[in-house]
Amino acid sequence: MRKFILKRLIQLVPLLIGVSLISFFVMHLAPGDPTSLFTDPNIDPVELARIRANWGLDKPVILQYFYWLGNVLRGDFGNSYMTGQPVLHEILQRLPNTLLLMISSYFLTLLITIPLGVISAVRKGTWFDNLVTVLSFIGMATPSFWLGLMLMLLFAVELDWLPAVGMYDVLSGSHGPIATVFDVFRHMILPLTTMTILSLAGITRYQRAAMLEVLDQDYIRTARAKGLPERIVIYKHALRNALIPIVTILGLSLPGLFGGAFIIETIFAWPGMGRLGVLAIFQRNYPLIMGIVVFSAVLIMLGNLLADIGYALVDPRIRYAKK
Amino acid sequence: MLKNRLAKFGLAVLLLFFLTAVFAPVIAPYDPDEIVASDTLAPSLSHLFGTDDLGRDIFSRAVYGARISLTVGFVAVTISVLIGTLLGALAGYFSGWTDGVIMRFVDVMLAFPSIFLILAIQAMLTPNIYNVMIVIGLTSWMGVARLVRGEYLKIRELQYVEAARAIGCSHFRLIFRHMLPNAQAPIIVAATLGMAGAILTESALSFLGMGVQPPMPSWGNMLMDAQAYMRDAPWMAVIPGLLILLAVLSLYFVGEGLREALDPRKYHARS
Repeated sequence: MRKFILKRLIQLVPLLIGVSLISFFVMHLAPGDPTSLFTDPNIDPVELARIRANWGLDKPVILQYFYWLGNVLRGDFGNSYMTGQPVLHEILQRLPNTLLLMISSYFLTLLITIPLGVISAVRKGTWFDNLVTVLSFIGMATPSFWLGLMLMLLFAVELDWLPAVGMYDVLSGSHGPIATVFDVFRHMILPLTTMTILSLAGITRYQRAAMLEVLDQDYIRTARAKGLPERIVIYKHALRNALIPIVTILGLSLPGLFGGAFIIETIFAWPGMGRLGVLAIFQRNYPLIMGIVVFSAVLIMLGNLLADIGYALVDPRIRYAKK
Repeated sequence: MLKNRLAKFGLAVLLLFFLTAVFAPVIAPYDPDEIVASDTLAPSLSHLFGTDDLGRDIFSRAVYGARISLTVGFVAVTISVLIGTLLGALAGYFSGWTDGVIMRFVDVMLAFPSIFLILAIQAMLTPNIYNVMIVIGLTSWMGVARLVRGEYLKIRELQYVEAARAIGCSHFRLIFRHMLPNAQAPIIVAATLGMAGAILTESALSFLGMGVQPPMPSWGNMLMDAQAYMRDAPWMAVIPGLLILLAVLSLYFVGEGLREALDPRKYHARS
């Protein structure tokens, strides 16, 4: 097991280099220049050259990449063009907010999706199954940002039950820590609901398919044949096996969740990494964009690795085959 | 049974949208870019979907938007299917190091949160409708590549391929004339579902201002200004989104229907 993890970790290195190389070249080979966004068009050329040299933009792209890579290996992701703050600091400041949203959404999704998929599979072809199927398709077809807008329209604008944007009220800090937690929770409901509904649909369909496949197996027929109550057949024999593929799906759905976070955080002005990333793109903030690309790629890859390890842990067949 | 009915529903909706797109100038009652009434009028008989913040007729914009959104989706998915099929076929046919290189590239592309990559590229290029199609196409071929590779690995072992090789067919002829038709079915399904994905991506990009640029209407960019007028003109936000939802949903239904129709073995065994 340890060997397997180590091997997988080593495989991450070339992948990360690939990811950073592609993003770096895409950004730097594109026409235009980040300085043009916020400098006076009539700026003194000497001054402009000084700014560009200061950011290393006057060097050939390939050299710039190696400078960047060298610095990253020493833990320095550069400074944001806009604030002058270290990129690492800016990202680490926002990351917990994104993780709070994503991890809560993960658990909520599992909580809803497992029973839904299982019941749907067990009652295959009934009205309940059909309803779940149609709703899943609708869920998959809904644009994330539009769902966010609609929830905002209903619960924040029309009903005025929940705050539409942000993470804190202006005054929340002054009412003590419990009030702050409650305040964050209230602000979280809409983005969290949007995110969860979006991942719900796909995973429910996987859970249903996995359960159907297991119910078709010989050992289920055996269990039924030896006279076990249907309840035990389904929840003890079938469900455990049907959960195995879900572990993988959770890993594979990570990029989607991240992609969703970029858009959902932007709509709800949630101060996370996704919103920071979209802002960085609009500002052509190269070091910040690179930092966020690398961070998301690492998180996605680690998520996949965790999923594979989890898979090995829950599936004895794989565990024993490895030995 | 349910799938069958859903597929028919999807096909009907798609046909309707397609005809709307083709006959947009006949169907739209007003010029989509012209200010025809006062702003943010609620839906009524003279303005079926109301008017937007500038006083343009939302129904007319939605009709022309169908043209733009469907075209972007179609072209983008064509690009992605072409790239995915080519790379997947090469990887599956040759295997060995060709396969290794191509599949590692696929892994790298999959490690990006794709919407972020697309946004970044769009921000660097000037966002316009052609770039949108190309960029979405260039960033969404990985699934097709994996799928086609799998098919080719299977087909490669079939006897007729061996026979074709024995009579001296070139690699090119084997890959494209002999093996490709056998891999067609899953590619068609993937293309249908991919078009749904491309329409969703286009709408998100345009919503963020990085896709189809106004005044050219697309369902995504019609939502751009909607957020600011949510209190006064909620229909501005509701209608374009519903159209996207309906188009994407129909493509999913048709895709699933095709999957069952084209691969009867797999489905009838289990159901």
